[in-house]
Amino acid sequence: MSGPGIVAYLVVSILVFSVGALGVLVRRSPLIVLLALEIMLNSGNLALIAFSRRFADGDGQIFALTVMVVAAAEAVVGLGLIVAMSRQKVDLDVDKLTSLRG
Amino acid sequence: MILASFTDDVGNVLVWAIWVGAAFAFIASGIAVISFGDPFYSALALIVNLASLAVLYLLLESEFVAAAQVLVYAGAVIIMFLFVIAYLGGRADTPWVGGPRFQTVGAVLAAGAIAVEVIVVVTLKAADALGSVHPISASFGSPATVGRLFLSDHLLAFEVTSIVLLVAAIGGVVLGRSVPSEQRAEAE
Repeated sequence: MSGPGIVAYLVVSILVFSVGALGVLVRRSPLIVLLALEIMLNSGNLALIAFSRRFADGDGQIFALTVMVVAAAEAVVGLGLIVAMSRQKVDLDVDKLTSLRG
Repeated sequence: MILASFTDDVGNVLVWAIWVGAAFAFIASGIAVISFGDPFYSALALIVNLASLAVLYLLLESEFVAAAQVLVYAGAVIIMFLFVIAYLGGRADTPWVGGPRFQTVGAVLAAGAIAVEVIVVVTLKAADALGSVHPISASFGSPATVGRLFLSDHLLAFEVTSIVLLVAAIGGVVLGRSVPSEQRAEAE
């Protein structure tokens, strides 16, 4: 394999994962929280693919494809929730979603 | 002989250049996604993120995953996001920083701690173990190989995946339905 080794891919992956985690923690718009979640899932996928290449084993790719399906399902349900929130005239702000708080 | 090693060197430099460009675009567009105030620009930045990730997959010789990634994300997920953002109009905008200031500082510290911890562990403890890369056959990452794995060793995962997608589709329909009929009757 020419080019950088597996460790370089893993470092990029964890950097982008922490950027996504920061987005989930800091942003208030549920849409951007969902986008940041997609970033986290994708950086996890990059680590899976890098390990798959390292061990020359296709199982990592199967894992990555399954994660991709889960990410798509999560986007459908999350966007459905956001549309439902906007129908109920709830503010689109994750800090103000307190109706389930005891 | 000299020419062969020269072309090898040029190829290697080219791979490095593409890798550095893709990795930089991956990180920079990730930061862009979480820093735009308007979700529309965030979704556009996510497209750059996904494209550079597909380039990294290609450099790891996982062609089918790269193609599936572009199809699933650019073709479906991003379109869905853009549709919802357009549907909500300006109501989806939020100013950049949420919560009191100490929360932001804590979040930055937490994210930085995750990154530093894992990078230190990976580079110090695992660099030797991960240094050697197994040789691969030409069909590694091809649709045929991935399909064979899905229908032999990972058949259960394949079937469960389709059930997950079905449940998500039903959930999307239920959530996106207009106001339930009982509620409408009460309102009337």
